[in-house]
Amino acid sequence: MTGAKPAPAQFLARADLQRLLEALRARGYRVMGPVPRDGAVVFDEVRSVDELPRGLREAQEPGRYRLEPNGRDTVFDVVNGPGSLKPYVFAPREKLLQVEPEGRSFRAQELHPDAPKLAVIGVRACDLAALSVQDRIFLEGRYPDSYYAARRRQLFLVAVNCTRSASTCFCVSMATGPEATQGFDLALTEQEWGFLVRAGSALGREVQQALPLTPAPEAALARERTSLETCAATMQRKLETADLPEVLYRNLEHPRWHDVGSRCLSCGNCTMVCPTCFCHDEKDEPLLGEPDEAGVRSVRVREWDSCFNREHAQVYGLNYRPKIEDRYRQWLVHKLASWIDQFGTSGCVGCGRCITWCPVGIDLTEEMRALREPGA
Amino acid sequence: MSGSAPGEPRRLRLAVHKFASCDGCQLQILNLEDELLWLSRRIEIAYFLEWSSRSLEGPYDLALVEGSITTPRDAERIRQVREQTRTLITIGACATAGGIQALRNWADVEEWKRQVYPEPRWLEVLPTSTPISAHVRVDDEIHGCPVNKEQVLRVIVRALLGTRPDLPSHSVCLECKRQGHVCVVVARGLPCMGPVTRAGCGALCPGLARDCYACFGPCDDPNPEALAARFQDLGLGAADRV
Repeated sequence: MTGAKPAPAQFLARADLQRLLEALRARGYRVMGPVPRDGAVVFDEVRSVDELPRGLREAQEPGRYRLEPNGRDTVFDVVNGPGSLKPYVFAPREKLLQVEPEGRSFRAQELHPDAPKLAVIGVRACDLAALSVQDRIFLEGRYPDSYYAARRRQLFLVAVNCTRSASTCFCVSMATGPEATQGFDLALTEQEWGFLVRAGSALGREVQQALPLTPAPEAALARERTSLETCAATMQRKLETADLPEVLYRNLEHPRWHDVGSRCLSCGNCTMVCPTCFCHDEKDEPLLGEPDEAGVRSVRVREWDSCFNREHAQVYGLNYRPKIEDRYRQWLVHKLASWIDQFGTSGCVGCGRCITWCPVGIDLTEEMRALREPGA
Repeated sequence: MSGSAPGEPRRLRLAVHKFASCDGCQLQILNLEDELLWLSRRIEIAYFLEWSSRSLEGPYDLALVEGSITTPRDAERIRQVREQTRTLITIGACATAGGIQALRNWADVEEWKRQVYPEPRWLEVLPTSTPISAHVRVDDEIHGCPVNKEQVLRVIVRALLGTRPDLPSHSVCLECKRQGHVCVVVARGLPCMGPVTRAGCGALCPGLARDCYACFGPCDDPNPEALAARFQDLGLGAADRV
């Protein structure tokens, strides 16, 4: 991935999209893409373009997601689903170490992840922004995470520019979309007859050269510009960012926290679907198997945790976030405010997943609006 | 110290007791088919009637207790079990919460007895079904209806190591989403109890696109009122919500 400006767009006919899948597979990539499953579009392995969500789009609102026909021959009209790139780099559960007794001490052996080459098609601008946030957390700190790094360098990303937004999207507010401008190997814009294709990396150019491309017609480029501008201009949700992080620090005792705490389930769904949330738990588990003569072995496991779990704030003799409202405040203040102090960027990319996939439909843009109002 | 080969460490003496219950949790222990073979080198199954009619006298290092207390005799028996046991761990919804038979706690048991039995005077039952922890000190609880056999195995292995079990107390949603399942409340409008239910089953039902019905009981710090309000929006009537 380079920071260079993407090459000029070329045109890939709709009938030739399968060639992209084949070009990636020929280079040893397992190809993932959006597929309809269990009432939503999720990332899963795609062998044929026929598995993509053809003629579908989704209706999203707080706490509700439905797929519906769009009456057209599209494959990328579903903006997003619950899944992001997160599980492909930061595994939901993985073994980090195996620990064995050695003499009177012990020996810990790192268990390096098996990280196959993975291409993901249909990645949105917000997801690329989220990946760069996670890169800062896992790679650019003082202690780069080798498990994350091993998976990250195996990724080939095919972005798709958004020409429509879901009602829960607010990427324009967070300046992350709807157009993919960084972090991709290839970027596509879907149009009626096919796709505008741009390479964003040397590897992307190599794959691009394996495709039957033609120069993009001027009319197609003009249409693309219009559709991206329309998508941005018609985005329904907005989040004011100019007064962040201070506005949250000023309102840590606002009565709205109690109000949202009464509605919040504290179930953790928002943090699970959030493409940047990185909280995890690490624990040593006895290896469940026949104990060998040397004694008992154990593995250190890391798995996704959530700041919404009360146990997450438990220290010896004290829980410092005992109430649901304490935990909602922790999440929102970290995501939108202290994240900036910690990592130099907002923790929110405006994908709207926490709004859609909250079982009770709590909307952080709405909560922020209420937190700016004087408390009762 | 019976049952240990020379040179091997003393085996942990395990007892499995049953009170008012369906036996399904004990069955999960027997379902540990592959593990029981090597476990038997480290544990001695001293009392477990569903396993063998051969029973050894106490005391026991570890007792797994299934079922709730519903009779005066059982109320006495659980005290004897406690006296003979170093670590007592309850298994399943009956033992940890009173079970489905705890519905009697909101009804007139004398009335039910008359309706069901021709000679109700022969029945010696308590007016309530109560968890084991209402009667004796319980060291740890394994939730579920039935319990998850992997969790039982973890607890036994932890007991062998002399450490506490490390079981999740958070909602089912976390283990559901770690596995990449699609939320059935959001995508299907189903009244899933996962957000207020303790994890541990591996999110079995949502994994099959079904709504959770809370076998593992409440999670730590749940908010059932907020979920009930959501279910009302989804069209569930007051009688369905309880």
